[in-house]
Amino acid sequence: MSAPLVEMRRVSKAFGGVHAVERADLCLQAGEIVGLLGHNGAGKSTLMALLSGALRLDEGEILVEGASARIGSPRDARALGIEALYQDLALADNLPAAANLFLGRELRGPLGLLDEAAMQRIARGVIQQVNPHFGDFRSPVSRLSGGERQSVAMGRALHFQAKLLILDEPTAALGPAETRQVRDLVKRLRDSGLGIVLVSHDLHDVFAVSDRVVVMQSGRVIASQSTRETSREALLQLIIGGAALGRKDEPTSGS
Amino acid sequence: MLGMILAVAAVWLGLDLASNGLFLSPRNLYNLAVQSSVVGVMASGMVLVITARQIDLSVGSLLGFVGMCVAFLQAESGWSWPLASAAGIAVGALAGGLQGWWVAYRGVPAFVVTLGGLLIFRGAAYQIADGRTVTPLAPGFGVLGGGIEGSIGSLASWLLAAVAVVSVVGLALHGRRNQTRHGFSPRPAWADGLRVAAASGAIVAFVAVMNAHTQPRSPVARGIPIPVLIWIGSGLATALVFRSTRFGRYVAAIGGNPQAAARAGIDVRRVYVGVFVTLGVLAAVAAVITTARLGAGASSMGSLAELSVIAAAVIGGTSLAGGRGSIGGAALGAVLMQSLENGMVLLGVSSAARQIAIGSALILAVWLDGAARRGGDST
Repeated sequence: MSAPLVEMRRVSKAFGGVHAVERADLCLQAGEIVGLLGHNGAGKSTLMALLSGALRLDEGEILVEGASARIGSPRDARALGIEALYQDLALADNLPAAANLFLGRELRGPLGLLDEAAMQRIARGVIQQVNPHFGDFRSPVSRLSGGERQSVAMGRALHFQAKLLILDEPTAALGPAETRQVRDLVKRLRDSGLGIVLVSHDLHDVFAVSDRVVVMQSGRVIASQSTRETSREALLQLIIGGAALGRKDEPTSGS
Repeated sequence: MLGMILAVAAVWLGLDLASNGLFLSPRNLYNLAVQSSVVGVMASGMVLVITARQIDLSVGSLLGFVGMCVAFLQAESGWSWPLASAAGIAVGALAGGLQGWWVAYRGVPAFVVTLGGLLIFRGAAYQIADGRTVTPLAPGFGVLGGGIEGSIGSLASWLLAAVAVVSVVGLALHGRRNQTRHGFSPRPAWADGLRVAAASGAIVAFVAVMNAHTQPRSPVARGIPIPVLIWIGSGLATALVFRSTRFGRYVAAIGGNPQAAARAGIDVRRVYVGVFVTLGVLAAVAAVITTARLGAGASSMGSLAELSVIAAAVIGGTSLAGGRGSIGGAALGAVLMQSLENGMVLLGVSSAARQIAIGSALILAVWLDGAARRGGDST
């Protein structure tokens, strides 16, 4: 058995005495989609912010492929292959697709100037691999549809060979057709060997794509079970009531 | 951009009619170009600052302070003008960096920091010589101000015009080739041809007018004023930084969405310091021009210039909400602001009435620009 892709061990984060995340454990294998569920304020976003480098943890440990990792900034997280796609925060609206795909990692030519030609060429290839219908590479992304914006963000993860992808409410703003498109895409990325954390309060999303569900409440992880072995009702109970229906057992082998 | 050009054309025609042809005379256009260069140099830096969702109210005072430093070093310390100017630019960079540091690392809003700077630098400008006017400046310094000897003559001006026209054509061809290579359909050839023709025509007309203005009591053509060359040079450099470097890309990204920029691993605070340093340097360049033009250091130099500079940037299409800026637009904005000022002086309008008119024009211009944008485009 190989080491899990990412393991968070007893991590805690407090804001002025309030424990947003308290001794939470999370484990994820390569090629696995984990749905992370919970109320607003249950600690999902904070937990993911710790993983993506947007926040620093107070206590605990994060292991990436078995090795202890120090994640102090988004840059650190990216260097470890962790990419986070946020619903609203992922893209600079005023820039077109290619500029967004390479944001923070622009290619430069011999004079140190931006190599727009190369970035444009690569962005086209990658984004159309994600979404064959994507056509508008000239307009700022604010003019694109929700699904197209997701394509840009996912193209970014794909091109920079992310190992772990954190998706925050990826279908929240999308219509039915685009939701289906994004779900297919998530599965395809999983099948290519990525680990994916899907943060959502949409149970449909979670049941449609995840292999495992993890439920948080009041900053703690209160359940972790195979999606196939659970039911919508049981999950709702956990999210709403925190009823200890499931024992907290992290699976030790990948799918 | 087309709207801006039409606005400038309309203002020029109106002022020319009202002044019986005085406004569009070579002599006045030469002066207008020199006057515009001070605001124009700073406006390109202001575009970066505003695009990054910041503001700098201190540039007029900083101009006064740096100008006094440059004058004092020449008049009292006996420095040569190149050395004194270089020192002035270093002071500008430092002042900009200091303000940027307060904004970026101490979290004080730029409005407050640079409002403080407005008072501090004006006070410092006064303190340098207890409010006295500082003279005489080093010989040769006046060249930078665009007065007599302050231009490059007819031949060099035409040579520069030729280089500029060739560059315009080359860039257009290069752009078309790139567009095709990236799978964009390029603009129709006639549209690009029209733009190249218009730009080339403007270059030739500009040089012809500058050459039509002669030295006093002599037929020798003046040619392009040196402060205008400094303006063009610094404007092109700033535009290159804005469009084709990582720093410029980050300025735009931060203006569009600061959180996304931070999450993309961009060091947002360093970029903030960078834009203030850039503007500080450009304010110092403007200070050198102003001092050279005046032939002296006066502690009131640059008073209220921050308003013209911000107005030039905003009229030129830079969004105060951040994320969108145009350095070419700011240059036209500077010309527009200065045309109103210059034209009303020609017409003998009192300084009080000029302020009222320019203030009103600013509000009107920004409203018109916004209305056009909202009408033509939903974003």
